[in-house]
Amino acid sequence: MRDRVIPIWFFIGISLLVNGILIAGAGVWEIFNPPANPVVLFHLHASMWWGAVLLLLGIVYCVRFAPGRQS
Amino acid sequence: MMPAVAMYVAPRLVHLSAVDVAIVAFYFSLVLAIGFYLKGRANTGEDFFMAGREMTAWIAGLSFLSANLGSLELMGWAAAAYQYGILATHWYWIGAIPAMLFLALVMMPFYYISRTHSVPGYLKLRFGESSRALSAISFAFMTVLMSGINMYSMALVMKVVLGWDINFSIWVSSLTVAVYVALGGLRSAIFNEVLQFILIWAGALLIPILGLIEVGGWSNLKLQIAHNASAEYTHLWSTLGSFDNNPMGIHWTGIVFGLAFVISCGYWTTDFLVVQRVLAAKDLRSAKMAPIIGAAFKMLVPFIVILPGLLALAVLPVKLSGEAAAVGSGGHSYNEVLPLMLARYCGPGLLGLGITALIAGFMSGMAGNVSAFTTVWTYDIYRALINKNAPDAHYVSMGRWCTIVGVLISVGTAYLVMSFLSIMDYVQALFSFFIAPLFGTVILGMLWKRATGPGGFWGLLAGTLSSIGMWAWVKLDPSALRYVALSPNARDMAENMYRALWSWIVCVGVTMVVSYMTKPKPDVELSGLVYGVTAIPREDEVPWYQRPALWAAVVGVVFVVLNIIFW
Repeated sequence: MRDRVIPIWFFIGISLLVNGILIAGAGVWEIFNPPANPVVLFHLHASMWWGAVLLLLGIVYCVRFAPGRQS
Repeated sequence: MMPAVAMYVAPRLVHLSAVDVAIVAFYFSLVLAIGFYLKGRANTGEDFFMAGREMTAWIAGLSFLSANLGSLELMGWAAAAYQYGILATHWYWIGAIPAMLFLALVMMPFYYISRTHSVPGYLKLRFGESSRALSAISFAFMTVLMSGINMYSMALVMKVVLGWDINFSIWVSSLTVAVYVALGGLRSAIFNEVLQFILIWAGALLIPILGLIEVGGWSNLKLQIAHNASAEYTHLWSTLGSFDNNPMGIHWTGIVFGLAFVISCGYWTTDFLVVQRVLAAKDLRSAKMAPIIGAAFKMLVPFIVILPGLLALAVLPVKLSGEAAAVGSGGHSYNEVLPLMLARYCGPGLLGLGITALIAGFMSGMAGNVSAFTTVWTYDIYRALINKNAPDAHYVSMGRWCTIVGVLISVGTAYLVMSFLSIMDYVQALFSFFIAPLFGTVILGMLWKRATGPGGFWGLLAGTLSSIGMWAWVKLDPSALRYVALSPNARDMAENMYRALWSWIVCVGVTMVVSYMTKPKPDVELSGLVYGVTAIPREDEVPWYQRPALWAAVVGVVFVVLNIIFW
């Protein structure tokens, strides 16, 4: 690249981070406020775990590809 | 490359919560932000149309795949899996992987070394202006038409799934694509396609995981499908010995020669929609690695597309049906299988991510169409035929405006389809008219130095006309199917496979005959364009574990093993 460009991986990290926060948050909220018509396998709390995975990946990508860390 | 999508309106399948809407809104904000951020890096023609030829193998490879992975592709093939079983996987494995590896190892060097901006551009260098004009005009016409039809189908899906107004879906999604592609050019399209690829996986991956947990694993899934439908639904090859023994009504020769050899090779190696992404790679090794990376991920796509369709056969309490029957009974159609599975397992948040995945798929496909159309229009039609000597800035400006105009034409096409629904029945056939003969022309151009300019043009024209002729013959006289598709029992997909094969043979035959009747180009004029007279850069200095041939072999072995496992 001719000069510094924020890599796409950083944008992906931002996306995973925000989605992870929202989805994990919704999952935690549902644990304390169970819905009247839960989805199949609700007891596995997929929202919380999947949101946590996305959040973790988002943090890794944001840190690894942060604009200030580019060579 | 996908079945038609639902054509009726039913009560909405899912209701979005506030967090779901926030996820969808954040997605739109992010793709627009990327477009605005990259605006300053699209000032020259090379930047705007070719992304500066700076993409790494990973970015080019994921973008190459993402441009193909539209939401209608996802939903249509999930529906096909419910309808035809695991046979639908052929369109992801043998109908893609060999062609992608062939592109990487055999064809990419010629595309890349010739420094062409497009596939029609290669035809200009190899066969002359007439071949370029024919392929550019047909590609531009078909691309905006396909884009509009996909746009309308997607809006219809959003109405069925979410209850969204069709006009709202069409204008919001298409204008978003227009803004970020017009601002940042191909680089913006590619960056967003990579983001969309990740979101598609993040949004769709939970369905097969939770589905397999619910049914108790693959073995139990096969047992339940055998009970609910038929054991044949979980076999890839063993039912293809006869046209009558499988739900698709197809013979293995159609899959191998029609799908894998002609249609797949034609699409993955000559359709500029996907090839453009690879041409943006930063060097030849990256350009060769990109389709190999794409092929590796393509092999995994059935996990999020085909498996949900198979799982639906086992777990859904309702029986899905064709469009007409669904309308009549008020039930659900095959095409709703993916949203139904999404609603089954995904609560607030996950549902928003799943819907975002569908929207992302649509937008990546549309951005692919629009950016390819813009390049072909600007370089292969406008600059070649209308205004040859304008400054570079003029062509960049033309590209930006062409992006807007291309989107508006697509929107117009979407409304045209709304008024004349029968167009939907013909568009897949229309698209296939050009793909198979184009593959014949390009492959002869690259591998046979005796092929001449007149041979290339007349072969391409004859192949295209013969395909249209066979299609019209069967339309006027359905009994002709026994000649075109080798069986009166062949279904639409089988007819497409064989028609493509015959039109490719016609193209190759006419090209060879005319070439032998005309004067060949001297070798010096073919350097960089044809095998045998082009010095392909060696990779001696590249470590063995970084060589494309090694990774192509790895992908090839996995491909063979997967086909044997699911035989």
